[in-house]
Amino acid sequence: MLIKTVFSGFGGQGVLMMGYLLAAAGMQEGKNVTYLPSYGAEVRGGTANCTVSISDDEIASPVASEPEYIVVMNKPSLIRFQNQVQSGGIIFLNANLVDMKPVRGDIEVCEVPANDLALKIGTDKAANMIMLGAFIKKTGLVSLETLKVVLKDVFTTKNPQLLELNEKALWEGFTYLEQGRQADASKADIS
Amino acid sequence: MSGNHAIGEAAVRAGCRFYFGYPITPQNEMTEYMARRLNEIEGGVFIQAESELAAINMVIGASMAGARVMTSSSSPGISLKQEGISFLCAMELPAVIVNMTRGGPGLGNIAPAQSDYFQATRGGGHGDYRTIVLAPSSVQELADLTMEAFNLADKYRIPTVILGDGMLGQMMEPVEFPDGEMQKPPPKDWTITGARGRPSRFIRSLLLDPAVEEEHNWKLARKYERIAAKEVRYEAYRLEDAKMVVVSFGTAARIAKGAIKRLREQGLKVGLLRPITLWPFPEIVLKDLAKRIGHFLVYEMNAGQMVEDVRLALEGRAEIFFYGRPGGVVITPLEMSRVITSKYYQKGLG
Amino acid sequence: MGFQKVFGRPRALKDAPFHYCPGCGHSIIHRLIAEVIDEMGLQEKAIGVPPAGCAVLAYYYFDIDMGEAPHGRGAALATGLKRVLPDRLVFTYQGDGDIAAIGTAETIHAANRGERITVIFVNNGVYGMTGGQMAPTTVLGQETTTSPGGRERIRDGFPLNLSEMLALTKGSAYIERTAVNNPKNIMKTKKAIEKAFRVQIEGLGFSLVEVLSPCPTNLKLRPVEAWRWVEENMMDVFPLGVIKDVQRD
Repeated sequence: MLIKTVFSGFGGQGVLMMGYLLAAAGMQEGKNVTYLPSYGAEVRGGTANCTVSISDDEIASPVASEPEYIVVMNKPSLIRFQNQVQSGGIIFLNANLVDMKPVRGDIEVCEVPANDLALKIGTDKAANMIMLGAFIKKTGLVSLETLKVVLKDVFTTKNPQLLELNEKALWEGFTYLEQGRQADASKADIS
Repeated sequence: MSGNHAIGEAAVRAGCRFYFGYPITPQNEMTEYMARRLNEIEGGVFIQAESELAAINMVIGASMAGARVMTSSSSPGISLKQEGISFLCAMELPAVIVNMTRGGPGLGNIAPAQSDYFQATRGGGHGDYRTIVLAPSSVQELADLTMEAFNLADKYRIPTVILGDGMLGQMMEPVEFPDGEMQKPPPKDWTITGARGRPSRFIRSLLLDPAVEEEHNWKLARKYERIAAKEVRYEAYRLEDAKMVVVSFGTAARIAKGAIKRLREQGLKVGLLRPITLWPFPEIVLKDLAKRIGHFLVYEMNAGQMVEDVRLALEGRAEIFFYGRPGGVVITPLEMSRVITSKYYQKGLG
Repeated sequence: MGFQKVFGRPRALKDAPFHYCPGCGHSIIHRLIAEVIDEMGLQEKAIGVPPAGCAVLAYYYFDIDMGEAPHGRGAALATGLKRVLPDRLVFTYQGDGDIAAIGTAETIHAANRGERITVIFVNNGVYGMTGGQMAPTTVLGQETTTSPGGRERIRDGFPLNLSEMLALTKGSAYIERTAVNNPKNIMKTKKAIEKAFRVQIEGLGFSLVEVLSPCPTNLKLRPVEAWRWVEENMMDVFPLGVIKDVQRD
């Protein structure tokens, strides 16, 4: 199994953090992982993206030309990445900030109102964690428990006050899909 | 941990307390890491130099004084450092120099490329010299080879180059560092530290008498021969029954390996030879392989540099193909497997 | 009554005859540095950095540790040495081309960082070792092999007053310009070198002594005429005296 995911959005939306947490959780679960942030001149314009590869086997290239999953936090990212996702793959859309739909018919679209859900628990800054919760629920790439362990590691040193909020957001996103709105995570298993 | 951070941490654990650098993408995270890390450590010194020239000369000074010292840069910056690297070699001073290569020539771009193979393996600056060149292909190996680079540099009194690229530097992968104490620089009996309780010493590269300079050059050449005999490193993957060998290093080798795995599942007998030391080059290994394998495919992220070393090693004993993607283009393992497959069947191997 | 030794070779100099041309200032400046090292008891602590140029062979003469620098890079190399060995005396010995042309950046930034190093800057107005080409400090009208007819401001630009520039950096602590054209100035030069070393040892910052020095061979003058030439042609452009002294200012 080798699964590649691209996380994309504005700088400041916590896009790199989503990817980092997923990679760290994968590592915690004993998988081979790579995390490749976009770097250089292009990130200065305000967009950010990163690629996470998770595999049982050695990972040849950390670059994803045809990722299985794409997480899209804003509209420019949808325009840029929608044609890269492989046939049968899933696009995770932040429905609050993306007012257009992918035009392709060979992929699944999973819409999550990440900003609204985040506001519900206090701040839309946690939209990234809402999305990450929904992402792992749908894909089953790593478990929620592992993600919580990693989250704790990262925020205990970085910013302990935000730990509780982020945990809540993860749970909110995770259960949003559980409530049957997009449901059926088994379809997502395209490996 | 990112590749750039892994090199920095490995250097610190190898006893490096002196780092002199100048910002250039895609290796800035290493410079920043060293600034932070050396600031925390007793005796650590970080200087952001005014240029790569100044940085490499600070390295020369620190090395003369006996310290384990490192600098890092990327292609255009490494060009500026070449004068100093030539002096390091001439004066037999150990140092570790990291090149996170970009696409070139000129400013080129900051994408991952292997455009500096010639520059690294041929010495790069003026004069008749070599540097040890290590080419890691994972973040773990970046860490391991950085520590190794300090040991090799001190053992042979030679600058050692770590040749990576932007992808290796930026990418995060799990890294394990060996347990145990941080290393200390080994004692050295040639440094200039003030002539206390011993005759004064000088370290120089100017040898005006041709006979003396010649003898010095032969002395260096003999050292390079010793290194070539002892320090060749490579990874051999699925070569046992291979009919075709892919030769690749660094990032390119990762991609080639992914392709070979895929092709092995389809029954193609393909293997990988990944030089880890680019100089000294594993030429004897290649010669031995050519006794039973007739086809070699060299894949590099440049327009054809290491392929010349493969040709020199094989001396016409086998057929050599080249696939190059310069400019910072990173192909997929799938694309690479198509390249291999087409050659494989074209040559009637399957 | 026996003889008393009143003059001899400083311990910090080896028993080797200088190769410098007759009338050249390098021999005098070498000797002054060695005397100061002796008198301050620094022979076991001093590390010198000779340049590319006539003084590249300085390690044949000084009986102290020395490490040769690539052309112009003395200040950067000395920075590396000093940062590893902060309690040693580290000095560079550089000519005008070395310090004020190819090594300008390294020198200015070492001064601006306040590196605790001392620079002995020998200004003779020409590239001596390479055969008398125009230097950054060649004065207007001065004929060299690369300023035929004399240095001309439109074509060649002006002589560079590096020491004054360095004095503007916040990290420099002591900068003085002296000369070795007569006994009085030679004694002043020795005092300046001693002061510069003291400034380094006390950790006050970057110190530099610029010494105006004759190059009879490339000026194509007899030694005495060359001494006079320095006085008549260089001292207007490069006035002698203390340019900066943080202890006094």
